[in-house]
Amino acid sequence: MSRTPTRAAPHTLPRGLALARTRPAALVALAVVLLILAWALFPGLFTGQDPITGVPADKLLPPDGAHWFGTDHLGRDLFARTVHGTSLSVRAALLAIGVALVAGSGVGLVAGFLGGPVDDALMRATDVLLAIPGLLLSLAVVTALGFGTVKVAIAVGVASVATFARVMRSQVLRVRHATYVEAARLAGSGRTAVLLRHVLPNAAGPVLALAAVELGAVILAVSALSFLGYGATPPTPEWGSLVAEGRDYLAVAWWYSTLPGLVIALFVLAVGVLGRALTREGRTDR
Amino acid sequence: MTLTTRASVPGTTAPAQAETPAPDDPAPSGSLLRVRGLRIAYGDHEVVHGVDLDVRPGEVVALVGESGSGKSTTAHALIGLLPDGGRVTSGEVTLGAGPRTVPLTGLLPDAWRRVRGVRVGLVPQDPGTALDPVVRVGEQVAEALVVHGTPRRAARERAIEILDEVGLDRPRERARQYPHQLSGGMRQRVLVGIAMACEPELVIADEPTSALDVTVQRRVLDLLADLTGRAGTAVLLITHDLAIAADRADRVVVLKDGVVVEEGPAARVLGAPEHPYTRELVAAVPGRNTVPSAAFTAPGQASATNRAGSGTSVSAPGATSGLGAKLVTNATSVTSATSVTGATWATSATSATSATSVTSPTTGEGSAPEPVLLAAHALVKEFRLGRRERLRAVDDVSFAVPRGSAFALVGESGSGKSTTARLVLGLERPDAGVVELDGAPVGGDRATRRRTQLVHQDPYSSLDPRFTVAGVVEEPLRAHRVGNRAERRDRVAQLLEQVHLSPDLARRRPAELSGGQRQRVAIARALALDPELLVLDEPTSALDVSVQARVLDLLARLRAEHGLTYLFISHDLAVVRQVADHVGVMSNGRLVETGPVGRVFDHPAHPYTAELIAAIPGARTAAHPDRKDLT
Amino acid sequence: MLAYVLRRLAGAAAVLWAAFTVSYLILYLLPSDPVAIMLDQGAGGERVDPARVAELRERYGFDQGPVQQYLTLLGRTLTGDLGTSISSGAPVAGLIADAFPETAKLAGLALVLALVAGVGIATLASWTRAAWLRDLLLSLPPLGVAVPGFWVGLVLLHLFSFTWFVFPAVGNEGFASLVLPAVTLAVGLAAVVAQVLSQGLREAWRAPYVETAFAKGSSRARVLGAHVARNGSLPTVTVLGVLVGNLLGGTVVVETVFSRQGFGRLVENAVTTQDIPVVQGLVVVAAAVFVVTSLLVDLAHPLLDPRVLSGGRGRAGSGGGAR
Repeated sequence: MSRTPTRAAPHTLPRGLALARTRPAALVALAVVLLILAWALFPGLFTGQDPITGVPADKLLPPDGAHWFGTDHLGRDLFARTVHGTSLSVRAALLAIGVALVAGSGVGLVAGFLGGPVDDALMRATDVLLAIPGLLLSLAVVTALGFGTVKVAIAVGVASVATFARVMRSQVLRVRHATYVEAARLAGSGRTAVLLRHVLPNAAGPVLALAAVELGAVILAVSALSFLGYGATPPTPEWGSLVAEGRDYLAVAWWYSTLPGLVIALFVLAVGVLGRALTREGRTDR
Repeated sequence: MTLTTRASVPGTTAPAQAETPAPDDPAPSGSLLRVRGLRIAYGDHEVVHGVDLDVRPGEVVALVGESGSGKSTTAHALIGLLPDGGRVTSGEVTLGAGPRTVPLTGLLPDAWRRVRGVRVGLVPQDPGTALDPVVRVGEQVAEALVVHGTPRRAARERAIEILDEVGLDRPRERARQYPHQLSGGMRQRVLVGIAMACEPELVIADEPTSALDVTVQRRVLDLLADLTGRAGTAVLLITHDLAIAADRADRVVVLKDGVVVEEGPAARVLGAPEHPYTRELVAAVPGRNTVPSAAFTAPGQASATNRAGSGTSVSAPGATSGLGAKLVTNATSVTSATSVTGATWATSATSATSATSVTSPTTGEGSAPEPVLLAAHALVKEFRLGRRERLRAVDDVSFAVPRGSAFALVGESGSGKSTTARLVLGLERPDAGVVELDGAPVGGDRATRRRTQLVHQDPYSSLDPRFTVAGVVEEPLRAHRVGNRAERRDRVAQLLEQVHLSPDLARRRPAELSGGQRQRVAIARALALDPELLVLDEPTSALDVSVQARVLDLLARLRAEHGLTYLFISHDLAVVRQVADHVGVMSNGRLVETGPVGRVFDHPAHPYTAELIAAIPGARTAAHPDRKDLT
Repeated sequence: MLAYVLRRLAGAAAVLWAAFTVSYLILYLLPSDPVAIMLDQGAGGERVDPARVAELRERYGFDQGPVQQYLTLLGRTLTGDLGTSISSGAPVAGLIADAFPETAKLAGLALVLALVAGVGIATLASWTRAAWLRDLLLSLPPLGVAVPGFWVGLVLLHLFSFTWFVFPAVGNEGFASLVLPAVTLAVGLAAVVAQVLSQGLREAWRAPYVETAFAKGSSRARVLGAHVARNGSLPTVTVLGVLVGNLLGGTVVVETVFSRQGFGRLVENAVTTQDIPVVQGLVVVAAAVFVVTSLLVDLAHPLLDPRVLSGGRGRAGSGGGAR
């Protein structure tokens, strides 16, 4: 098997269509993610019911045509609460990813590009962050910062910093030692030009793909912390706390925890499928 | 080899008396391996289109072709190990003669297991990955016996004998080592031992030495020839290297795009090829006298070229006009042909068989009228290996390259030739010594950098995958702020034309180009700033032979047109012989010999140079038409 | 070999010390006022007596500079004293020691379940030649990674405790009470094991040495047993330390869902009451568990992969180095 010249298809529009043809699962996942993002942006389009005040007479109704996810102990429509809770959960997850991406990539970029003792010191630091179980690290940050959705998001982001730092560093090292970077230096390009024109663009792809893959884990972590009660304060709807509320009615109202939890699982699954599809695309691209 | 496994697998014995098979006189009928109309497809894409192939008992058949020709796919199909998605769509393959004939198409896994190892062995391509890294070497050899019924204890003992037979020192100790503790050559010996453990009737060797240095390559091929010769095993040798085929094979089958275009006795096919493609392949073999174009060739040389090159139907002795003969006869004219530009220098070089070897730069300068452009004085470079250990990668290396000439540094991997190139380019700082360009010491500054440019070995990694071709070529211009946008665009177009690339390619990305096209882009980039010295680090080693020939032609032409000076790094002596005027031979960081190409190649002064030159494949047909192994 | 062990031991100690330092930095130096937090909790929101503030500041060393305070805490921790809980006044080390056995049982069972399920799925998927079965098996891990642990726990509770009455819903009594929490905890872990292992096996099947083995005439079973299994499991072994650490993190949720006493419940209580000394003690202990697991993995690693020991030092060593 000797090396054959890889003639990749030109990078044009039909790429998305090709993805749909070769990976129908990715297409379904894309639809789920888009739907849930639409919930987050325009909840009013998907449900007319009030997520905050309920009809006490309608409490703990099982799912039916009027209440797709049933109602809770105060007679509030659970589908409405799930849809309206999306925004907070998704924003928290994006904030967490943002924190991890910015801080982690920064650390990784500096470590990989400067090398030497700076690299050593930063990498030992990430070793330590990896030694503390992620959830415990988040909980320690929550203890120090206090409760609330934004603080939970930051705490979750901090726990993912090390992962991003490592991936960014390894990408920077890979690119920095690539022959084309040496060629650029010989061509007379300065350090900054090399960093901006070669290293960053080539290192960014895998890091962004990691962000897509990590998004699922981050959503789970945010909702776990909310479930434990450190996130949104009642009556604000949020995915994790919705499941937590239902816990007390487990014996009498199976839908209360089950259906909002199912939405979390579906979203995380869809994000994961998409993330992996993107990673694979990125790999065949090169 | 003794017969340990024979008891369990009755009837696998090749005739025991066939100690010395007579490859010159193969039985006309009674093929051992018979392939008829073999078609192989990956998914819907057919890559092998009806191949016919015969291997007679004890015969060595070379299956040659460039990448994508389907030679490796064919070999894997014959042993039933096509990669995922590949399948034989039609055709017939049979192994053995008479009552022991087995069809190899449509075999069930169990039946395959009674064929593989026992009747057909495989020597894989890359010794670096073909052994399991976490299993002891002896255990891996023994496995070849155990799976065919030898008791484990006996197999272990036999494995040690096999390691001894393939030439590993201290075999008992080696058997307990892991693959990473052995060198590449030793690993390939182990793999030969595994393939031959059950003394099969046929061994398929898939580019068995393409990952190895030339001297190691020669020893491994000798070993394979020796073991298969003694056991009467036939060999199907898959190779891209025509010189190896010429050296080692009785018959040659040429494959192109999944079709057999020519086959016949090695001497005939390579000496007097009939098919145009085979002719092209033979013509492309480096070391043969390929001259860029008539325009750049002195009249005298042109006729010499024609005489040797167009060896049309010179049938009679065959061997003497064969590939190897050309490699040798053309050697002396090569130096003069390629150094058209430095005419005076070239004449002094060809007559330099008598002249003193140019070991010190000053004498080199003194004897040649052209001034020295690049001079290296007593360069030393060390690398730390561990806490205490240091490796002297470059050890007291001095040489001088006159303006307009081509100087080649040759050596095997680890000899320090690439490190020397990096020192010349200012990519590494020497621990001692100095590099001078036009008499001034070279620093890492942009001004000198502009005058010296590099063409990397691997065109697959030397171009940023995100850049367009135009972007790649323009980069040095931008970095040195040459011209405005429109001027740079014109310059890029001009450069692409110089390297014979269509202007349509300017907007493509590297992934859409072939290897040869990519290397042309890299050359265009190197030329962008009008450098005086071009360092060429194995510029064609990743390319197919016909592509390599065209790139070498281009390089010769560019040197003539632009008066460039080349520092050429290569492990391939045949290529060096074609492109260089002077050559320096490196071994273990030292420059052991320097001199004009013709003198060094024909009258090597240093024993290492002699060994290196003797290991160049392609010598058999010229010097000793009959020999198959060189020991 | 001895040098290797010593190097690993030193590394483990360094990571532990650094974990202590990180938890100190987070818990004591972030811009919140630990004493205010403590008093909020302790006094239940009433007005705080300034004398009590001063006393607390002295007790926890906040009257000292951060460096001094850090050294005091570090010195105490090295003697095994993790401080006292603010909410209960009990010694932190004692609290953790009491909680640990229950959690060890839970995590141990979960680990066994996860390994059995994960290895089973990955091996079967790598072995089978039926495409539908392989696809089915390989679709399980992404599912297992995606479902929230707390949700799995609640669904299991609903089905097995409230609908079919097979297992108790809460408590620490007997093996039966251990089953549902362990299964809950194992789901995510099994998914990760299955993913990493099947990826490793897939790559091992494609390795050139597999072709060499087949060319010898080996059967699929033999190639799997002698070559693929060992090479393919190396990545899984290296992540085992991280996985066990995550297991400990997972107990926070699982013990809360099933109202079990243990390490995770202690964490949940400490965070809710913002009991800083307890949280720090728990973080350090969790890091210690990770460090010990990783150390064991590192020490076992050379047995699986001989290349680790010779770390780039060529072929000089030879002979009996690996044992």
